[in-house]
Amino acid sequence: MQKRFSTFAVHAVLAGYTALALAPIILVIMNSFKAKRAIFLSPLVPPNPVNFDLIGYHKVFADGAIGTYYMNSLTVTVGTIFFTLLFGGMAGWALSEYKFRGNTMLGLYLAIGIMVPIRLGSVAIISLISGLNMINTLTALICVYVAQNLPLAVFILGEFVNQIPKDLREAARCDGLSEYNIFFHIVLPLLRPAMATVAVFTMIPVWNDLWFPLLLAPTGGKQTITLGVQQFLGQYITDWNAVLAALSTAIVPVLLFYILFSRQLIRGLTSGAVK
Amino acid sequence: MDRGNFARVLAFFLLPAVLIYSIFSIYPLIATIFDSLYQRHEGGPMTFNGLNNFRTLLGDETWSKPFWNAFRNNCLFFLIHMCVQNPIGLALAALLSLPRLRLRNVYRTLIFMPTMLSVVIIGFIWQLILSPLWGIWKMLLGALHLGFLFGPYLGQEGTALITVSLISVWQFVGIPMILIYTALLAIPDELVDAATVDGLNQWQTFFYVKLPLIWPTIGLVSVLTFVNNFNAFDLIYAMQGALAGPNFSTDIMGTLFYRTFFGNQLQLGDPTMGATVATMMFLIIMVGVMIYLFLIQRRMQRYAF
Repeated sequence: MQKRFSTFAVHAVLAGYTALALAPIILVIMNSFKAKRAIFLSPLVPPNPVNFDLIGYHKVFADGAIGTYYMNSLTVTVGTIFFTLLFGGMAGWALSEYKFRGNTMLGLYLAIGIMVPIRLGSVAIISLISGLNMINTLTALICVYVAQNLPLAVFILGEFVNQIPKDLREAARCDGLSEYNIFFHIVLPLLRPAMATVAVFTMIPVWNDLWFPLLLAPTGGKQTITLGVQQFLGQYITDWNAVLAALSTAIVPVLLFYILFSRQLIRGLTSGAVK
Repeated sequence: MDRGNFARVLAFFLLPAVLIYSIFSIYPLIATIFDSLYQRHEGGPMTFNGLNNFRTLLGDETWSKPFWNAFRNNCLFFLIHMCVQNPIGLALAALLSLPRLRLRNVYRTLIFMPTMLSVVIIGFIWQLILSPLWGIWKMLLGALHLGFLFGPYLGQEGTALITVSLISVWQFVGIPMILIYTALLAIPDELVDAATVDGLNQWQTFFYVKLPLIWPTIGLVSVLTFVNNFNAFDLIYAMQGALAGPNFSTDIMGTLFYRTFFGNQLQLGDPTMGATVATMMFLIIMVGVMIYLFLIQRRMQRYAF
């Protein structure tokens, strides 16, 4: 009897907290499909044929830029993940596989970037990027994000290189494969699970970042979706339909992606964090 | 491999990562610290200024007041995360890790959801919910007969910072939850079984067996919270603007840095003073990380494993 009660209490607490975590998000998505009157008069009523209205979405998409912003975010995120994995894998391999003078020092040098947020260098990053004539380019964002994410990638991927059996590499060397072929044809495919972990770590903060898009690519149609929505909201602050629709447009794709991959995402987060 | 060949292989694998990291991460950090030692004259060259920028920032009334205000606010911001976010995360993790719990993965996935979204989006969602214009929050409090508690929280100096902090707590509670949950799962079953055989109940098992084993993870969560909090910017900027209103009551180091560097309606941007603020942030974060590495982590490892 007491056991059943405590199980019930546990579920009550967890379900209660889950509701607290989801309610605000659901509320916004729900009301984005309603007419203005209904948003204010009956905010808690789900959209139905009487109060249904897509005017907010018309405004968001009439702006026309949302699609561009999505593409920008996608380009930046995919580009960052690609180069972080490639260069991080190469460096992780070299640091774990080869004995050379300065190996440990180089490891420590890279470790600085794990603890110190790159944001603190923003003053110099701006003058550097404008000196290179890369203000308002996605390349600038990718460069900064790759630099930001490389240190952790090198460590996680290097850790995994150590787990690959030594025999495998020695056998390949005996067969006369060059070091380049060993890495790209034997090691890299084996690193795939670790790469998924690193990709997760990289993806979410890059997609959601506001700071660097604001500093490095604030105008000229090069805004990421996070910054684009922020600017759109600032403009339409009093138009509740447009605001709710813009928020939903930013939320829904991320949530769909999350629901599809939540298992891998959380496994990635935990496996990386324990290391 | 002969030496020349070996050097070529090393360069091929290491150079791309080292170059990008050095150019876009280490160089800017060092250059920023150097900038903080210089002074820029109107249209002229930069001149060496020693530690005068720091003296100005900490001693000159016009600079020191905003600085200490932002520092105090940031400490409170961090304290609220430590006292609310991490205990809730710990409690949720403890519940999720109970044996034979159904729907475990559903709860975990859903509670983690807000953490996935951009801070900008979260900030706006809560702005709408708390808005007296929409009245959702007012309605909710009214239904609980707590209507008298309602106020324009974000517009009042006394409540704005606490409200923003709690919104950030609401969003990021998933991170301590997941990290601690993983640590709890890693505890060997035999230990828990032994405790049960010895007659400990669920509560006692948690406090005397599991909690001591996850102190290292709690330490890690704390230092992550510290670094993230003293580097925070997005939420305040999205909700309260660069001026961190009302009357700078939500100003933290990140927003102070942004304003100092870029300028705003009240003052011109000042790159060298901006660099000085960034260097102070760097020092604060380093102190936090050092305390963790040398005091907390070392003692805990000896104690736990």
